[in-house]
Amino acid sequence: MSISIQTQDFNLADEMAYLEQDNAADGAVVTFTGRVRDNNLGLKVSGLYLEHYPGMTEKSLEKILETARSRWDIGRVRVIHRIGQLNLGEQIVFVGVTSKHRQDAFAAAEFIMDYLKVQAPFWKKELTEAGEKWLDARHSDTSKAQQWD
Amino acid sequence: MIKVVFFAALREQLNCAELEVNAGENTDSIAKIKQLLVEQNPQWQETFNNASLLSAVNHEMVDGSHPVKSGDEVAFFPPVTGG
Repeated sequence: MSISIQTQDFNLADEMAYLEQDNAADGAVVTFTGRVRDNNLGLKVSGLYLEHYPGMTEKSLEKILETARSRWDIGRVRVIHRIGQLNLGEQIVFVGVTSKHRQDAFAAAEFIMDYLKVQAPFWKKELTEAGEKWLDARHSDTSKAQQWD
Repeated sequence: MIKVVFFAALREQLNCAELEVNAGENTDSIAKIKQLLVEQNPQWQETFNNASLLSAVNHEMVDGSHPVKSGDEVAFFPPVTGG
């Protein structure tokens, strides 16, 4: 289990290697990558600024990963979340989970992303054609996370 | 002393990243700290009335009734939007 909060980009091949190397026990690897897109709520977006709460971020992610491990039979878990200034198309977040079979890897990866969205203390400020704006939380993210209760 | 920190849009609205309050009966819960901050800074009232505001004590998300003691770190912030 490995968690990184970082300003620098990450390399998907390196992360796959972390999940797969010397890990013949797990037949399934599920990964998710979130990227900066160029549109939101009808406005053109030119980039993002990501803030977090150092200390609490790591703690809340550890708790989410422990919960995932208690609910599914999973092997390696890797979570990366970037902070600071991010441009269009750049990678923001990575979640990778291995397990013996695909069901547990799919479910755990989705659970981790859903919970990260509503519990980990990150905040996005969007740079749009209409200026800078802190994003409002989406109700759909809250209901999505509640589906796991 | 109790350290109080603010994040993101809230920090910008208050124009304050962190402050300290004396530990005592009037700061022994999240709700009381909020009340004290508004008393000391009446211009913060509207911002702190926002029901969606979240709070944490020592890096754990908590609700308004949660106890707070000397040496704790209290945080207030808007709903999170990472991922």
